[in-house]
Amino acid sequence: MSPPLNPYFRFDTMVVGAANRLAVTAARAVAETPGAVYNPLFIYAKPGLGKTHLLMAMGHGAKAIDPALSVEYLTLDHFIEAFHAAIASGQGEAYRKRFADVSLLLVDDVQFLTGQREAQAELLRIVDAMQTASRQIVLTSDRPPSEIEALDERLIRRFAGGLVIDISPPDYETKVAILRRKAEERRVTFGPGVLEAVAKLGLDNVRELVGALNRLIAHQAAGDDVPAERVEALLGGGVPASAAAPAAAVEPPPDEFGDFLSDISATLHQQIEAWRGKVAAAILRWEGEGYRTARLEALLDGELARDPEEALREFEADVRKLDALRAEAEQAAPDLAGSPVFRDPGDVPAAAELLEQAKDGAHPPPAPSPVWRLDAVVEAAGNRVAVQAALAAVAEPGEKYNPLVLVGGTGVGKTHLLHGIGTALAARGLRVACLGAEEFTGELIEAIDRDAVAQWRKRYRRADAFLLDDVHLVAEKSRSQDELFLLFNHFLEGGRQMVFSSAVALSQLAGVESRLLTRLEGGLVAELPAPEREIRQKVADRLLCEKVPEVDPEVAAYLAGRPAESVRGVQGLVQRVLSAAEAQQAKLTAGFARSVLECAPARPPRRTAAPRGSGLVAPGTGAARSREKMVWDWPDIGDRLIEEWR
Amino acid sequence: MRASAPSSGDEPMSLVNFAAREITCKIVYYGPGRSGKTTNLQYIFGRVPESRRGRMVSLATHTDRTLFFDFLPLDLGSISGFATKFQLYTVPGQSYYASTRRLVLQGADGVVFVADSQARRLDDNVESLQDMQTNLLEQGVDVRQLPIAFQYNKQDLPGDLILTPAELDEALNFRAVQSFGADALHGGGVFETLKAISESVLRRLAAGGQVA
Repeated sequence: MSPPLNPYFRFDTMVVGAANRLAVTAARAVAETPGAVYNPLFIYAKPGLGKTHLLMAMGHGAKAIDPALSVEYLTLDHFIEAFHAAIASGQGEAYRKRFADVSLLLVDDVQFLTGQREAQAELLRIVDAMQTASRQIVLTSDRPPSEIEALDERLIRRFAGGLVIDISPPDYETKVAILRRKAEERRVTFGPGVLEAVAKLGLDNVRELVGALNRLIAHQAAGDDVPAERVEALLGGGVPASAAAPAAAVEPPPDEFGDFLSDISATLHQQIEAWRGKVAAAILRWEGEGYRTARLEALLDGELARDPEEALREFEADVRKLDALRAEAEQAAPDLAGSPVFRDPGDVPAAAELLEQAKDGAHPPPAPSPVWRLDAVVEAAGNRVAVQAALAAVAEPGEKYNPLVLVGGTGVGKTHLLHGIGTALAARGLRVACLGAEEFTGELIEAIDRDAVAQWRKRYRRADAFLLDDVHLVAEKSRSQDELFLLFNHFLEGGRQMVFSSAVALSQLAGVESRLLTRLEGGLVAELPAPEREIRQKVADRLLCEKVPEVDPEVAAYLAGRPAESVRGVQGLVQRVLSAAEAQQAKLTAGFARSVLECAPARPPRRTAAPRGSGLVAPGTGAARSREKMVWDWPDIGDRLIEEWR
Repeated sequence: MRASAPSSGDEPMSLVNFAAREITCKIVYYGPGRSGKTTNLQYIFGRVPESRRGRMVSLATHTDRTLFFDFLPLDLGSISGFATKFQLYTVPGQSYYASTRRLVLQGADGVVFVADSQARRLDDNVESLQDMQTNLLEQGVDVRQLPIAFQYNKQDLPGDLILTPAELDEALNFRAVQSFGADALHGGGVFETLKAISESVLRRLAAGGQVA
């Protein structure tokens, strides 16, 4: 199994300086478009200059852009070990296939290819295969390909055919930047000039720099004063012989405890970072699966105030509990399964409670849409009865008009009025069940399918008001009618309000059992006619006022005069005019509205040659349009009759 | 408290206490009598600044042999936000102090087995190693999981008197854990051993070691 990518080794945690800028730029380009540029990419540098960091950063970068991308990181040791194991077990072909689906292969430390002829041949085959398939391979080494002893010439040529790039030791500024970054990560601050003094020590290797920093941290943690002037003296024993000044002939006594403390600090820091990495990886994983991870985020923010292993185990256990509860909820009440409660491992009891309610039929039935408010219904002579009845039903639910049946054509405002009543009742603290007849039937079918009709009934019977839109759609659905009949009786006996709407007059409603029809007729049947001019004008006026600050009242008057069989039709007209005004950035006037609604759309260019034909021209659409214009320019029937008389 | 009562309780002590932001490692130096366990601690004591060490407690007989145990507390200060403390113990090597050894071994996070490199002491080393394994097993400790390091002390003695680290590895270190040749009297290998066992113990943290 390949080692995982170290979560810390990302592009954003890499300090970029003159020494590694080119390599980082190339690496970023490769991570953004694997296989498209610099293939293969060969990076070489002395140990401790960030090869592995860069290699893993490419893996993270490529995964961040395309999470589905297959990325594999392995050291040459792993590569050879797995290759030998595969050959020994006769699984050589399976080993080759292992890389067939890898889109980005990252191989570390290839300098160890020296003397590995079989591994070189295998790597050559993999490089060729990946190049052919436009899949990316990146390799690192501590020396350029030409200096890897006994490396196959063909491999050297392949590497040279891509991009071979080196990372030099960091310059002074980069060293300071690295030291500052590391000190920040360790949450340690030093006095002025301390890190700069470390950077001047001649340590070229980043690991040595970090080691020196660890020693200073250890000294500082011990309460020692670490001024910039003492840095060299404190780190004297830690500076490698290669970097130590030749003049330092007298070797200071080794600070064994200081070394010990420094190494232990580094080890412990690594372990704590490993924990943080684990938690961060878990957050990414669970967030990706749609769970809330606030609990784990708090753990990171709180500097690991509790055992992360235990916290992760508990989190996973809670996720499993939630999954089980959600699976149960899917059986008991499918509409509940998508509830965010089942995605929050921080509150498993809430999910359990919701499930219990669902099992008991106690979870709330569909509610009215708050978008439709009763006070937004335009009242006029035609719908006054219905609106007043609605207000009475809200004022005295179940008392005066029960059931209230709203009858009218499509788009006249039945649904608005029904939901408006529901919203007003809910605002009074009543539990309101409000849904369409199709939804009602759909839920019933699901409940039958789950053998949970009893719970389903309970869910509605607990409501204080029952509002069913488009009741005519239960026609020919005998089981829905049976259930509706039972519910009707239940609500009526309890004196609880019911409101129905129907697009078909009850007298013309076929396919509905008479026992249900008679009950519906037993309440108040209020008709909602096609909107008269007054309603059209009020609707147009209100819609315009919502969109345009100072609207010409003639616009609403003009729109109210346009033909519209429903409120929805008026809304459509208003929308057309508003869209055109916005598109053309024109002032909204009655004339503009007229030009939008009555002018012909752009015509195809007229033919210059005279059409061949009989010479007779049939009346075109223009004639019809003129007639329409003539009719609708006079909005009142009285005016229209006078005009015809003239 | 582990420092004052190494023998108290059957529960293993916690390595990391997240609530108290504290990491405490108990490392026990085990081995036959006169192998140099106390010398290890004395050398460490001499190298640790006063501000970082507690009082070394050594209960010895009139013949200067460890009667109960040596105890050296080290305070490493705050590392990555955790107050880090090491507690180093030795056990009395003489075979008749078996019960004391068992008590000191309880709750150890890591063990350094200090072997006497002299060829004539090989049987003592083997006997002590078996004794340690028996005690650990009795305490329900999985010897394969517990961090252990071998230290082959007295490597400064004439070559004809001692076994080489390779020979001692062959005889004692059959699980191939880390081993170090040492001259505890002069400090050779002392901190190397301490560092190795400490790192092994700390690396167990993220791998699911003992936590509170």
